[in-house]
Amino acid sequence: MSKTYYDPADLRKFGSITEWSEELGTKFFDYYGKVFEEGALTAREKSLIALAVSHVVKCPYCIDAYTKDGLQRGVTKEEMMEAVHVGAAIESGATLVHGVQMMNKYNKLSM
Amino acid sequence: MITKSLKKRESELANVNRQLEILSNGIFKSGELPTFKDKISEIDQFPLKPRQLEILQINLGYMCNQVCEHCHVDAGPDRKEIMTKEIMEQCLKVIKSTAAHTLDLTGGAPEMNPNFRWFVEEAFKVGIKDIIVRSNLTIIRSNKKYYDLPEFFKKNNIHIVSSMPHWTRGKTDKQRGEGVFNKSIKALQELNAVGYGLPGSNLRLDLVYNPSGAFLPGDQTSMEKDFKKALLEDFNIQFHDLFAITNLPISRFLDYLIASENYEDYMYALVDAYNPEAVKNVMCTNTISISWEGWLYDCDFNQMLDLKVEGKVKHIKEYNEDLLQNRNIRVFQHCYGCTAGAGSSCQGSVI
Repeated sequence: MSKTYYDPADLRKFGSITEWSEELGTKFFDYYGKVFEEGALTAREKSLIALAVSHVVKCPYCIDAYTKDGLQRGVTKEEMMEAVHVGAAIESGATLVHGVQMMNKYNKLSM
Repeated sequence: MITKSLKKRESELANVNRQLEILSNGIFKSGELPTFKDKISEIDQFPLKPRQLEILQINLGYMCNQVCEHCHVDAGPDRKEIMTKEIMEQCLKVIKSTAAHTLDLTGGAPEMNPNFRWFVEEAFKVGIKDIIVRSNLTIIRSNKKYYDLPEFFKKNNIHIVSSMPHWTRGKTDKQRGEGVFNKSIKALQELNAVGYGLPGSNLRLDLVYNPSGAFLPGDQTSMEKDFKKALLEDFNIQFHDLFAITNLPISRFLDYLIASENYEDYMYALVDAYNPEAVKNVMCTNTISISWEGWLYDCDFNQMLDLKVEGKVKHIKEYNEDLLQNRNIRVFQHCYGCTAGAGSSCQGSVI
């Protein structure tokens, strides 16, 4: 048994989740593949969105995967870091906007 | 930043047997990953056989003015191996009667061979149709004696293929050495100025993109679009095609993979990206590679691993195209580099 919860080598084994549930695994990977195809958004734009989301959901596997994917697409480190900041801004905004709820509650309870 | 070849540094990887050992041990010996031979046996492509011969690729020597980190030749200013005029004369005899239509001159920096210009002119005289020169670009600006190379190329209608790892300075200099980007830009502008790379021009200028690190090249067409846009907007440079070439795990790139602890992941990435469709078009099926000493190989990578062609004919002095066309091509784990994704060759993707 691995001594850590995350092992970088597990990323390569991602496809093996299908072995324990073929139908759902296959459907997921088909969907996943389709999502990242060129469409109204370019595959490059999708890769940067995925990188930002990877940071927000704090998935080390996804961060490894989409940093490498970005490099393969010629994405620069400046572009990658800006994408991470977009994710961080939304995430911190999501925290801070709850401040309004706190203010509402405060005001309601206060005389 | 490296400044010396593996050979000069007396690195253990300067020994090809050590490289072959690494490529056969570990994940391949344990069966974690299939060997290339097993993989192509699945689609009945083993032994791999040649198709129509189209290209003679000649390595004019390992001397180069640059020391690129990913160089599979381990070329550099400290390498003194240079093809002699005598071997060139033997090559010319072969060129006279070969079925190949193209001569692909590489190195090192092929222009640094003192008989380079003579050889190019003689090769046309004996009937070769096209000559490609793999120019590193900076050679043109490295010394006064090379300043007129663009004119020489133009006069002989040479097809130029040049490396350019990125359209930004940082990435280019990291892979190819400090100052390489600026010099390359200047050289490209000079080539444009004499007519190379312009839309509709028959003076062909293509660029080669090698990833600057332990990752595979992305889609060649979209990379080409990005390169064209950036080079035109930032530097007013034009070129024809972009060839995306995968770095093969040999020589200095293998050294880098091991030192950066990326070797296993990179081999996994290559094997995962294995595309059976690419196998039938790999460049060793239409090319013969000739070393500075006149030895014959299936490709430039096999040359660097000293895996000479199978069969009786092994040297240019005993060249026999009929016998060579019947040979079995030698494959090893590095060959996964040519079958990953859309495939990779000296002419870029193969599918």
